[in-house]
Amino acid sequence: MNLDFNQIVPYIPFILEGIVATLKFVSISIIVGFILGTLLAICKITKVPLLKWIADAYTSIFRGTPLILQLMIIYFAVPQLTGLDITAFVSAVLAFGLNSAAYVSEIIRAGIMAVDKGQTEAAEALGVPYKSMMLNIILPQAFKNILPALMNEFITLTKESAIVSTIGYLDLMRRAQIVGADIYRNFEPLLFAGLIYWVMVFILTKIGGLVERRMRQSD
Amino acid sequence: MINTSNLSKTFGKNEVLKGISTTIKHGEVVAVIGPSGSGKSTFLRCLNLLEQPTSGEIHINDINITAGKVDKLKIRKNIGMVFQHFHLFPHMTVLENVTYAPQKVKNLSKQEANRLGKELIAKVGLTDKEDAYPNRLSGGQKQRVAIARALAMEPEIMLFDEPTSALDPEMVKEVLDVMKDLATTGMTMVIVTHEMNFAKEVADKVLFLDGGVLMEEGDPKEFFTEPKTSRAKDFLDKVL
Repeated sequence: MNLDFNQIVPYIPFILEGIVATLKFVSISIIVGFILGTLLAICKITKVPLLKWIADAYTSIFRGTPLILQLMIIYFAVPQLTGLDITAFVSAVLAFGLNSAAYVSEIIRAGIMAVDKGQTEAAEALGVPYKSMMLNIILPQAFKNILPALMNEFITLTKESAIVSTIGYLDLMRRAQIVGADIYRNFEPLLFAGLIYWVMVFILTKIGGLVERRMRQSD
Repeated sequence: MINTSNLSKTFGKNEVLKGISTTIKHGEVVAVIGPSGSGKSTFLRCLNLLEQPTSGEIHINDINITAGKVDKLKIRKNIGMVFQHFHLFPHMTVLENVTYAPQKVKNLSKQEANRLGKELIAKVGLTDKEDAYPNRLSGGQKQRVAIARALAMEPEIMLFDEPTSALDPEMVKEVLDVMKDLATTGMTMVIVTHEMNFAKEVADKVLFLDGGVLMEEGDPKEFFTEPKTSRAKDFLDKVL
């Protein structure tokens, strides 16, 4: 045991910048995944066979292959195919956003299915158009029920974001590795990064709890 | 006002309605009665196209609503519906439940909708519950809110699908009283019900369904004292 945290002190600002880098693409990915996931979920419950098929195929592909593979295809293989240069940041947002959408769509679909069919009928009987019914009646009730599952997905995404270090994006994880290589000590920077990940997830959990309580207002 | 001809509905192989033909006049209060599984609710649900009839026609104000491409939303705007299990929107307050559709469907301003909503909530006697969420209400109160919600669209026709069947006995009266008041205003009402006394007292006409067939229709007093068919006699013997 020769732990020496003094060694990483000069590198702390460098590692902390990784928080911003990580949060930046994670938050955008969550939003992309959430919006796309909601749209996919709605496609899955429509009566239009083509939309259903597309949404199911999408989910099957993005859930059926490793995230790291999707990330690498977007970052390394797409430029080879198209000649377009794609930044690590954009690749990360795309890979995580598209991947998360597949999981989110399944969660939301389950949430919509769990809303009492009478709610749809009541809205229909009042002449409420489909879009308003979904937006104002069905989805708010669905989201309330699936909030814990959604939070789980967001937490997973936040932690799994560490694999963007493999495409050289300077996130929290990558920075901890760089510091480790620089000072020939890995335990201290990795432990430090781990602590930061845990704090981020902890805060996310608290926010989730807060939102959940707000939505329980009507109980 | 409402005219059905040879209205039929099948679910898979199950023939639930076997050619119902009847006419409901403007301002008429019609009680639809019959044993369970007789197709009463399905008949009612066809009238606002919650169920699409398999064959036959429904005319409302001389418009054929079963003809191919019709604007279901436009038809439903004019027909209020009250369900057995209320189906209030649980994430909205009583006032929000009542004012939502007028704002979304009829484009009323929030102010106008609130004025109308408060008036209707007062009419069903729940002014003190305006800001409560549905799960704070008793069954009878929920159903009264549901009636106010349907009335907020200012429909010409009101459909009631066993409105008191899910209520505790002591709450049946408060809901029936609201419906009685409504009947005196000249609203066209079609009510699927097991409340025979209510049907006798309030209805202008009784439809008796059995096995998906309209067995008898006519004046409640005649029907309840001298039913013409033996099926109706059997049924009345059991429920009265």
